[in-house]
Amino acid sequence: MPIKFPFSRRAGPSDAWTKCPACDAQVFNRQLERSLRVCPSCGHHFRMSIGERLDLLLDAGSFEERDAGLEAIDRLGFHDDRPYDHRLEASRVKTGLRDALVWGIGRIDGHRVAIAIFDFRFMGGSMGSVVGEKLARCFETALADRIPAVVVSASGGARMQEGTLSLMQLAKTTAPLVRLDQAGIPFIAVLTDPTTGGVLASFASLGDVIVAEPKALIGFAGARVASDTVGEELPTGFQTAEFLLEHGFVDLVVPRTELRMTLARLLRLLPVAAVDDGEPPISGERPWGPLGALSGFAERLGGAVSETIGIEVDAEEVRGNGRPGPPPRPPAAGVDAGTDEEARQ
Amino acid sequence: MTEALTRVEATPPTPEAIERAWQRVQLARHPQRPRTLDLVPHIFTEFTELHGDRAFGDDAAIVGGPALLDGHPVMVIGHQKGTDTESNILRNFGSPHPEGFRKAQRLLRLADKLGLPVITFLDTAGAFPGPAAEERGQAEAIAASIKLMTGLQVPIVVIVLGEGGSGGALAIGVGDAVLALENSVYSVISPEGCASILWRSRDEARTAAAAMRMTAPEQVELGVVDAVIAEPDEGAHTDHAATARTVKAAILSALRRLTSLDTAELLSTRYARLRGLGAFLDTGAGATHPAETPSLRRRIGRILHLPGVPRRPRWSEIWPSDGTDDENERGA
Repeated sequence: MPIKFPFSRRAGPSDAWTKCPACDAQVFNRQLERSLRVCPSCGHHFRMSIGERLDLLLDAGSFEERDAGLEAIDRLGFHDDRPYDHRLEASRVKTGLRDALVWGIGRIDGHRVAIAIFDFRFMGGSMGSVVGEKLARCFETALADRIPAVVVSASGGARMQEGTLSLMQLAKTTAPLVRLDQAGIPFIAVLTDPTTGGVLASFASLGDVIVAEPKALIGFAGARVASDTVGEELPTGFQTAEFLLEHGFVDLVVPRTELRMTLARLLRLLPVAAVDDGEPPISGERPWGPLGALSGFAERLGGAVSETIGIEVDAEEVRGNGRPGPPPRPPAAGVDAGTDEEARQ
Repeated sequence: MTEALTRVEATPPTPEAIERAWQRVQLARHPQRPRTLDLVPHIFTEFTELHGDRAFGDDAAIVGGPALLDGHPVMVIGHQKGTDTESNILRNFGSPHPEGFRKAQRLLRLADKLGLPVITFLDTAGAFPGPAAEERGQAEAIAASIKLMTGLQVPIVVIVLGEGGSGGALAIGVGDAVLALENSVYSVISPEGCASILWRSRDEARTAAAAMRMTAPEQVELGVVDAVIAEPDEGAHTDHAATARTVKAAILSALRRLTSLDTAELLSTRYARLRGLGAFLDTGAGATHPAETPSLRRRIGRILHLPGVPRRPRWSEIWPSDGTDDENERGA
């Protein structure tokens, strides 16, 4: 029994110690919290709640949650050893969340981002209609506001209790990424332990940059399924972040202590593409090349010449030179409303 | 036909429902059921199979190439199962490796470049889950295929022939019209896989099949499939030619509708279709905010910058970790 001081009102785990599953060390809970839930003796990364992720990654006080009210409904009447509704309720009580994902707008080192975070404790972080809808809205808001999108995944995959509706979330979360590409908006995927199944087989594998936490389990099929299917020994370190790095499917494996810094650097290095609003690009100073100043001059001269002789340098042409056009419109509100209405029936 | 989804409250599937669902699964897996290459010669002319993903190899579990549909060039892509042990080994039982999906991507890009409508046939238990597939990026291959199809600038007609199994099916299954043969099934995970995770026993596959509502008519009710294509009386396996005729008619009527749309309309309609899939409720509940200054100690601590007292309320106070790494729940 942990000793409780009458004046301490700390919320949190009531057990004072946690055993590290990697090195069997007993870690004092408060120490674990202070070390960002990384085992001080072996560096094992424990899973984090959404709250802890937000505190870790975002500038204090910058996060505004969006679409907090979305809730799953049991469209299939799914019942295994208990109804889907009961599982949802148990997870809600356990985590204080409505579903396995929270999204909103926040700042990482001053950079405004649309960020979505999974919680694995809510039905294994599984992606059903609510998670898919929130992700799609997260990407669409990134598109409309022209800010980068960041998703921190921790999920077993698609939620079986919603059947093929869950499977369709793979396409629903992937479709907006095509629009982000066209609009020149970066998307950073952060894969944490575990990221498997349908989540990895959709948006999580499609980050412009994919960052993973050390030793995180990342794979398509469960390791047990894989070994059952082929009946052979799996390679060591199979389906870890490091395995994916070695095979070219992850860009960076970053320890949690450096995660925020790394994201901030990526956001600095990969800014949202400048919008072409029809004006010809301003030929400012060109930092590269010895002929920089000269070519800038030539361009100004060219502009003057074209003006005098009346050549139309129209927006179409400028756009054709590799600058993205204005972003496509997000879908009409009617689409979402239709879904809600259908859902209520 | 509309045997499902009228019941909303969750109850375990009845023995009759289990029987009905399992019958469909067995028909969908019937050894004589027409496969992609059985139907293609009846529907198209001059089908020319193209091979290889230009990166690693050729996967016989996915076939594809250009063909003529009533004289018009189209791109045909489909899963291909075998009919006997030998051909099933060659085809890996219709379960593609990443190179299969990458071959499909290559063909989709070619169709996009030349403006050919795409017709795909789904018939797989799922993407292959072995270590070789993982090493070569099975998940990435599926994700990239899905992404490519959501933005493809030509009409896509998807036909669910037999088994529409999970991500391996969806990888070539994103379309403007998704049609399913009467006795086909479509699911997020195989009934065996679902049973072993949720019922902890593969023997409950029949129950899982009923619970997942994977039959074609049920999929129409969910909005995942647009329409059912009727099969000959005893099932598609009894008459391949007759099945091909109805499939062809369905493809032609879908294409007639889709080719009348311009590219922007086509893409916005496809986006809206995908965007509308799913069932949820918006309770309108407001955003969560971290609790403000819960105790006197905190309040004073914040003012005096005492060590160990965060200056602002923290999100981990409302969404804390309970200290356990829960392994019980899993997805597909």
